[in-house]
Amino acid sequence: MDFLKKLLKGDKLTIARTITAVENSNNSEILKEIFPYTGKAYHIGVTGPPGAGKSTLVNIVIQKLLEENKKIGIIAVDPTSPFSGGAFLGDRIRMTDLALRENVFIRSMATRGSLGGLSQKTKDVALVLDASGMDYILIETIGVGQVELDIAQVCDTTIVVLVPESGDSIQAMKAGLLEVADILVVNKGDREGCDSLILELKFAFELREQKLGWHFPVLKTIATESKGIEELISNIKSHKKYLKSSGKFEEDRKRKLALRIDELIEEKIKSHLKEFSSWRNGDQLEQLIAKVYQRKLTPYHIADEITKKIIVGKK
Amino acid sequence: MNKEDWKKKQKTCKERDFRFTTVSDLPVKPLYLPDDIRDFDYDKKLSYPGEFPFTRGVYTNMYRGRLWTMRQFSGFGTAKDTNERYKYLLKHGQTGLSVAFDFPTLYGRDSDDPFSQGEVGKCGVAIDTLRDMEILFDGIPLDKISTSMTINPPAAILLAMYIVVGEKQGVLAEVLTGTIQNDMLKEYQAQKTWIYPPEPSLRIITDILEYCSEHVPKWNTISISGYHIREAGSTALQELAFTLANGLTYVEYGTKAGLSVDKFAPRLSFFFNSHLDFFEEIAKYRAARRIWAKVMHDKYRAQNPRSYLMRFHTQTAGCTLTAQQPENNIIRTAFQALAAVLGGTQSLHTNSMDETYALPTERAVKIALRTQQLIAHETGAANTIDPLGGSYYVEALTDELEKRTYEYFDKIDTLGGVVPAIEKGFFQREISRSAYEYQRALEHKVKYHVGINMFEEEGGADIEILKIPEEIEKNQIEELKEVKKQRNSVKVKRALKQLYSAAGNGENLMPRILDCVREYATLGEICSTLKEEFGIYHEPIIF
Amino acid sequence: MQKKIRVLIGKPGLDGHDRGVKIVAAALRDAGIEVIYTGLHQTCESIVEAAIQEDVDIIGLSILSGAHMTIFPKIINLLKQKEAEDIIVIGGGIIPEEDIKKLNEMGVKKLFTPGTSTKEIIKYVKSIVQKT
Ligand SMILES: Nc1nc2c(ncn2[C@@H]2O[C@H](COP(=O)(O)OP(=O)(O)OP(=O)(O)O)[C@@H](O)[C@H]2O)c(=O)[nH]1
Ligand SMILES: [Mg+2]
Repeated sequence: MDFLKKLLKGDKLTIARTITAVENSNNSEILKEIFPYTGKAYHIGVTGPPGAGKSTLVNIVIQKLLEENKKIGIIAVDPTSPFSGGAFLGDRIRMTDLALRENVFIRSMATRGSLGGLSQKTKDVALVLDASGMDYILIETIGVGQVELDIAQVCDTTIVVLVPESGDSIQAMKAGLLEVADILVVNKGDREGCDSLILELKFAFELREQKLGWHFPVLKTIATESKGIEELISNIKSHKKYLKSSGKFEEDRKRKLALRIDELIEEKIKSHLKEFSSWRNGDQLEQLIAKVYQRKLTPYHIADEITKKIIVGKK
Repeated sequence: MNKEDWKKKQKTCKERDFRFTTVSDLPVKPLYLPDDIRDFDYDKKLSYPGEFPFTRGVYTNMYRGRLWTMRQFSGFGTAKDTNERYKYLLKHGQTGLSVAFDFPTLYGRDSDDPFSQGEVGKCGVAIDTLRDMEILFDGIPLDKISTSMTINPPAAILLAMYIVVGEKQGVLAEVLTGTIQNDMLKEYQAQKTWIYPPEPSLRIITDILEYCSEHVPKWNTISISGYHIREAGSTALQELAFTLANGLTYVEYGTKAGLSVDKFAPRLSFFFNSHLDFFEEIAKYRAARRIWAKVMHDKYRAQNPRSYLMRFHTQTAGCTLTAQQPENNIIRTAFQALAAVLGGTQSLHTNSMDETYALPTERAVKIALRTQQLIAHETGAANTIDPLGGSYYVEALTDELEKRTYEYFDKIDTLGGVVPAIEKGFFQREISRSAYEYQRALEHKVKYHVGINMFEEEGGADIEILKIPEEIEKNQIEELKEVKKQRNSVKVKRALKQLYSAAGNGENLMPRILDCVREYATLGEICSTLKEEFGIYHEPIIF
Repeated sequence: MQKKIRVLIGKPGLDGHDRGVKIVAAALRDAGIEVIYTGLHQTCESIVEAAIQEDVDIIGLSILSGAHMTIFPKIINLLKQKEAEDIIVIGGGIIPEEDIKKLNEMGVKKLFTPGTSTKEIIKYVKSIVQKT
């Protein structure tokens, strides 16, 4: 197919249109077609509270990676408004220097219905970028509570970006955000309270380190002045090396693929369920419920019968 | 009849189906009474014109002594085109000049910069080098006229050019009078014309304060501007509170740099909007004067009475003009101008009716100027000082705005001050929210705008529009090339290099900039040199 | 599954008056549209590149500086060059009647003049995307 050839060659218009197609359909035909060509890109997640400087940081990290002649895809995820279904996607503003570079592709996404900070579709979009020949895929998303597992599930290295002001809520975050971090960054190092937060985080991380055998770095950056970036990049690379040499890379990816299959099954069943909620629209609904009310039938019988239909796949 | 009985009676009356609030959404009662200004202490709250806290005016005799300066903001095309317009305005009785620069100039870019394409001379006059300024003021004696320049990040450069033009006319810097806007804080908050980040921008500003207090003592070094905050969609209260907070921040930076308050504060001036709500605007000006005087006295311990004076320029609200039925704009502008006069403004710009379409034509500008002349000479509004002082409503509104301004000051303090609050997007968020709410109020017909959501008419307006010829850009670029050919490029390079090291080592930039300007270094070259040292600003994304 | 409408809102050129674009962006978002905002002071090249990568249905530009006769044609040409001329270009700003006519001929689908309500803009955006 023509589109596939163009996509594999990295044609930007084709990448963009394929992403739209994937984002707007439940049909997995395209994904089936491109999946064989994926698996090569290294995925880096960047998460943290709103305004922490994630986009600014991503912008500079990418500039450095570009110096190594790498191809980079960026997915910037912002929340969909639960009231209107609309979204405001503004991460690009931080990356305008990059957008015109040959080896860069930036796509903003809204979370759309999904509860976590990451839309399920993000994973599919990442596949499209992967197939298009990217060396790195960076995924930026706001991390506040429940998203973390989501992003870690797609990414090989997850960077959590905090700011000195995050110190106050660190206790609350220990359980969530910090759990998924492979690398912790305290950005806005030009502000007060940075060093004490770093100390605190290092202490919190020591315990985890013993369990896992990767030395969790806690880094200080000033994204607006490009300070601390070299160190961040060298830590990303050491994490990559660590994953590969310890065999964890393959192990993790296999585990994540299995999880993905779980999810897809779940999604499929859920969408079937929606179809079958049509049992409620049936003519005999009232009669049926009346019988249950009169204790002539039990809810258990009815549920058994309907699920049987779903599983067999007959209406 | 007593008060309670009247209130009861009023409640039984039929009332229009309308939410009675000011345009900024402050509630308005049906009637204001003596107890609405309960703790009213005349000497403390109002006192006399020219006396602390200056609620009734900054000068003892106000307009009975001298009318406000009628200053129409203008500029377009090349320096030569604008020079001709200035001479036209002066001939028709204008009493001060006000320069509008084109966008490239405002951003410190030369006319041949790729970013300037399509914008040269469009919304103001294009200035690249000293040569353009020489032409702009050709035949206009700088010792006889005061000039206001709306310019911010490159303010130091344009001021330097003005000083050198003066030198060439044989006018000493000490006698030059005028204003540069030079208010960067409101740029980050509202107007969005920026080059460098806040800290270096403030350093340039304090350098100007210092230099002028020595060498150009009659120059107004900053025009602290609420105008643009309001145009960006703020309420009257936000305009008042944010502008004053910005002013106080400049005072803070000036004193931190080791200048004495009383040396530079007298040269700070203000610039406000005059919007639709007549009484709210008048109250805003009165509250502004009182708050400024009090804070300068109580917090900054200023001793020089001139440090307490909030002198301000006013421009009628461009954002209230409508493209529909443009003649209505003449009337709107007249009311707004009257509010500014009743509020005690020191100078005034009245918008022209066609400004939603383009820069004004000569005819439209003349009507706008005549509007001011009518107010001055026909209405009697200038016969007595602060004629609305003592009005229960106006005094209550003045008090209310004052109270709420202090509440905003507290909020800004808890955010760490104006600069941190800018970085956190506080002002930007407040302003966009107000703008959006106002738009929704219009669309839901909770508020009205004639010609927009009531008394609409079909069909476009038929008015004459000023067209800026496309050749201007080409000609200006040619001129620039010519200047570059004629100047001594070795000297230019040397001056720029010295400027660069001054930027790094913290010495006052003004003398260095003056050197660059004298050698005909371009605006763009000077700004790029400073950019190298100071970096550029990235806006926080606020909605 | 219904396709979400995506609109890029940009401010090319040098003027910084973003009150209008911000109101429009917020209104579109509140109408269920995904809005990509590119920030102030953008070049035509970066706007077009963003529109392509984001695969938006519409580019909406606000130009108040008088540079519309330079900027709109440039955008249209760049889209053509990149084979993305199916992206609809609309705009708003201070644009005289005769320029509107010329720009429409060049391929700018719609130009809103000052005073247009956000409702009108939303209605237009939804209908034009449905049509294509
Ligand atoms: N002082 C300081 N400001 C910074 C630093 N890094 C980023 N900022 C500023 O912080 C603000 C937010 O930066 P972004 O990069 O947009 O933050 P973000 O985390 O991507 O924000 P969202 O995507 O909205 O969650 C911007 O104004 C940046 O200029 C830093 O190291 N120091
Ligand atoms: Mg971001």
